[in-house]
Amino acid sequence: MKVDVRDVRRDDLHAVIAIDAAATGLAKPAYWRSVFRRYGDPDARARHFLVACGDGEVVGFVVGEVRDWEFGSPPCGWVFGIDVRADVREGGVGSRLLEAIAKRFRRAGVKKLRTMLARDNTLILSFFRSQGMMAAPFIPLEMDLQAAE
Amino acid sequence: MKLQMNTTLALYSVAEFAANPGRHLSTAEIAARHGVSAHHLAKVLSELARAGILESVRGVGGGYRFVGNARRLTLMDVIERFEAIDGGPAKTRVPATDIGRALAAIESEIDEMAKATFRSITLATLLRLIERQSRHASAA
Repeated sequence: MKVDVRDVRRDDLHAVIAIDAAATGLAKPAYWRSVFRRYGDPDARARHFLVACGDGEVVGFVVGEVRDWEFGSPPCGWVFGIDVRADVREGGVGSRLLEAIAKRFRRAGVKKLRTMLARDNTLILSFFRSQGMMAAPFIPLEMDLQAAE
Repeated sequence: MKLQMNTTLALYSVAEFAANPGRHLSTAEIAARHGVSAHHLAKVLSELARAGILESVRGVGGGYRFVGNARRLTLMDVIERFEAIDGGPAKTRVPATDIGRALAAIESEIDEMAKATFRSITLATLLRLIERQSRHASAA
């Protein structure tokens, strides 16, 4: 299958929502509409929402942005969403998407690409590892917030 | 998560075999390359053959060859053949006191990160990392 990567269009959202819902078990149309409003401008230099198309259909997506001086880090490209339709995985679509967004980040002048994901998400973790990503010098932390008394 | 000697030997060996798919390597050859006892390594390779990762090759110049799927086989798949992964030291060794429980929680955090890392790295990814590091070393 020949795959092209391009900027997202409003018409692509239903396919993006379906790919995400199949992977996560939860359809989030309102969330994806808000992501589109924030990241769907093809002229923005720092925010990117790209889709991979094969045989006339959207088969994958990637979303990310350049973040400046977050936690003291020099500007870096941050990928916070990537997925590929299950039936076309292992065909290089994810690699094409990551390459495409990395190219945008390089064009914006950043030298690092980062992401964060659940440690039990072995599928996507293995994908990022296969692309050469290594542990970053950061540790994610969290705490439970008790309800106010 | 401290790996035992056999586990480390297994990881070295599997990487060595996967980097030379189809080629027979003898126990003595690998033992010499990594400076370990051939007797000790033989037990490790035999276990890897039982796991279907290596195949024993008989006859002159025999040894083992890699028959696993480098794109699917993770470092954790190899480790699990040699280590009891669940019920590790944090759960069994620490005293049942407040301090013991707090230290066990920290040790468990570290273990979980280590396991996730080993689960996410396939042999193919490891081989690419070796190649990349070797390229950088040659360029430096």
